[in-house]
Amino acid sequence: MVELTINNLKVKAEEGMTILEAAKSVGISVPTLCYMKNLFPTGACRMCVVEVTGQRNLLPSCAFPVTEGMVVETNSPRVRRARKTIVELLVENHPQDCLICVRNKNCELQDLAERYAVREHRFAGEKRKHVVDISSPAMERDPAKCILCGRCVRVCNEIQKIGAIDFSGRGFASIVTTPYNKGLNVSDCILCGQCIIACPTAALRERSSTKIVSTALGNKNKFVVAQIAPAVRATLGEEFRMPAGTDVTGKLVSGLRRLGFKKVFDTNFAADLTIIEEANELVQRVVNNQPLPMFTSCCPGWVKFAEMNYPEIIPNLSSCKSPHEMEGAILKSYFAKKMGLDPRDIFVVSIMPCTVKKFESERPELGHDALHDVDSVLTTRELVRFFNMAGIDFSDLPDEEFDNPLGESTGAAAIFGTSGGVMEAAIRTAYYTITGQNLDNVEIDEIRGMEGVKSATLTMGELEVKVAVVNGIGNVRPLIDEINAGTSPYHFIEVMACPGGCINGGGQPIHQNLDNVMKRVRALYEIDKKSVTRRSHDNEAIKTLYKEFLKEPGSHTAHTLLHTHYHDRSGK
Amino acid sequence: MANQTIAQYPKGDRSVLIPLLQDIQDAFGYLPEDVLTEAAAHIGMPLSSIYGVATFYNQFRLTPLGKNIIRVCRGTACHVKNSANILFGLESALNLKPGQTSRDKNFTLEVVSCIGACSIAPVICINDDYYGRITVKEIDKILKKYQPTPAKATSVKSPEVTK
Repeated sequence: MVELTINNLKVKAEEGMTILEAAKSVGISVPTLCYMKNLFPTGACRMCVVEVTGQRNLLPSCAFPVTEGMVVETNSPRVRRARKTIVELLVENHPQDCLICVRNKNCELQDLAERYAVREHRFAGEKRKHVVDISSPAMERDPAKCILCGRCVRVCNEIQKIGAIDFSGRGFASIVTTPYNKGLNVSDCILCGQCIIACPTAALRERSSTKIVSTALGNKNKFVVAQIAPAVRATLGEEFRMPAGTDVTGKLVSGLRRLGFKKVFDTNFAADLTIIEEANELVQRVVNNQPLPMFTSCCPGWVKFAEMNYPEIIPNLSSCKSPHEMEGAILKSYFAKKMGLDPRDIFVVSIMPCTVKKFESERPELGHDALHDVDSVLTTRELVRFFNMAGIDFSDLPDEEFDNPLGESTGAAAIFGTSGGVMEAAIRTAYYTITGQNLDNVEIDEIRGMEGVKSATLTMGELEVKVAVVNGIGNVRPLIDEINAGTSPYHFIEVMACPGGCINGGGQPIHQNLDNVMKRVRALYEIDKKSVTRRSHDNEAIKTLYKEFLKEPGSHTAHTLLHTHYHDRSGK
Repeated sequence: MANQTIAQYPKGDRSVLIPLLQDIQDAFGYLPEDVLTEAAAHIGMPLSSIYGVATFYNQFRLTPLGKNIIRVCRGTACHVKNSANILFGLESALNLKPGQTSRDKNFTLEVVSCIGACSIAPVICINDDYYGRITVKEIDKILKKYQPTPAKATSVKSPEVTK
């Protein structure tokens, strides 16, 4: 232990701690911009500078370790002046179009300008001019709003290990960009949106679909329906000042009805359906000696990554569409017929925690009869804007139930939103498919939690099934190398591109707080625990769907509507 | 050629990046995108990071050089003698910004800090030819000497050069 003084307070800190961490441990807040918890400090922005007695210069507290007897001032006039100058310089090279900015009132630069009382234009110099990159259907890149903190670059390189963007140029011409400053659509970007979550300003943001949805809702000839992803219900409350991990399913349903959606369905229904089809596919692959291990295909970021970087493993990807695409396909076939609707009049809006889902919904193969399965995708954040625009006080909404039949789901579907959840749900049903009996303990602890790669071995009758769960796309490469080397021990691998799973997806509320992610995860496991049925194959609505329409898992109809194929996008 | 240049460096070693880029530039005259893509895979570094390094240092070029390289001196003496005007004149005449190469790959326009010929400021230098005490009016005449030779005059070996 080391003893030091921060703002006249005696502080005990562990050796090796930084001044920033020590200050935080006693509730002293030091502003930061480039700092990222758990990553090696870069000390680039100098926002966190503090005054240390005996040191000539101000020190970056994020990178400077505590020493015995150190005397630190985090809020001296000199410190405040330095920080204010940094903010002023950043503000003067910024478009300052806060009024019409998507991050208005949720922007770290705006907060700092307020905190340090920037009230005048002290540096009226040249401003950078950059065009907005709107080449991708999921994300926009606006370098004019970038403050070069580098958090997106670090998420992309060090956590996701994609490396689609980096700093280029130098000095005034510095910019975070793709190789050769091309569009994101032709870069290595998988559109996961983790950089959006990391960005302090609106330099990175989703491609908004609010206009399209709003127009559809106003069109009397369209039957506009919504479906809600598992992970959205445990996060949206945060945007309305509810504690992280509040389950707002009921309010979401009533809120969407008030926005004018004719029906509100649950993507969880299709998650159960995905499990039935996927478990069946796994068993078929084992029996028929087809490529193993099989990879889950629910995560479109992962699918895009595989197509771009490892086309050789495309045969290992499950042919199952992702749940919201399955839901869309069933809505435009089975449901349309039942309701006597023309599928062309149904407009399906998916409320997703994800930015890549926007890209996925535009894939030409995900549709039928020249109709997309899903017409538009709204992220959690975009839906919040919808509620605000309609003047809906979300916290006061009553709880309502989903519409049927595509609204019924099990606990297995609820956990789809977290890393390991798809695998756990699949195991519950695969066990039944293989042995004809139900698994006693449905909770599989080995594949829960936040580790990068989780694995388990399960005995199913005479079969020993080895499974792995990849938590975050940055951890997937070694497992693919194993497959290519022929040494992979696994039968089934789940991959989710975002660390923690969809619960921490690129379309989720923006908060730089890792503890929130854990609370969100717990909320989903809680929904599962409280569910009456916890196995996808026990979903009565799914049973009826097979009886009336699909016949059996993997049937011809199921293949036409619920399965897809992939493309080599490597350009090799 | 790209293969040989890259293959002489160990696989997966990021620390060789700058010498590797220098070798590529020596071999091609600039850093072609497909070669950098190959280099990225070889040393196991994202192309975006390599692009970052290549754009950070002035020594690296991402576009091929033109046949004739025009260097405009923007040093102190030339600045006093209005070299900004000369640069602007060249930019307008060629429709190029410093660092760019014309579409027909005939000219590359560059700016240098001091050419070391302050006594004849303002000065520009085309390939190895120096033009001192020039005015904007002379630009067209000078450039004409470096325009591609018309087909009928192919027998002329090289244009005359005034030093």
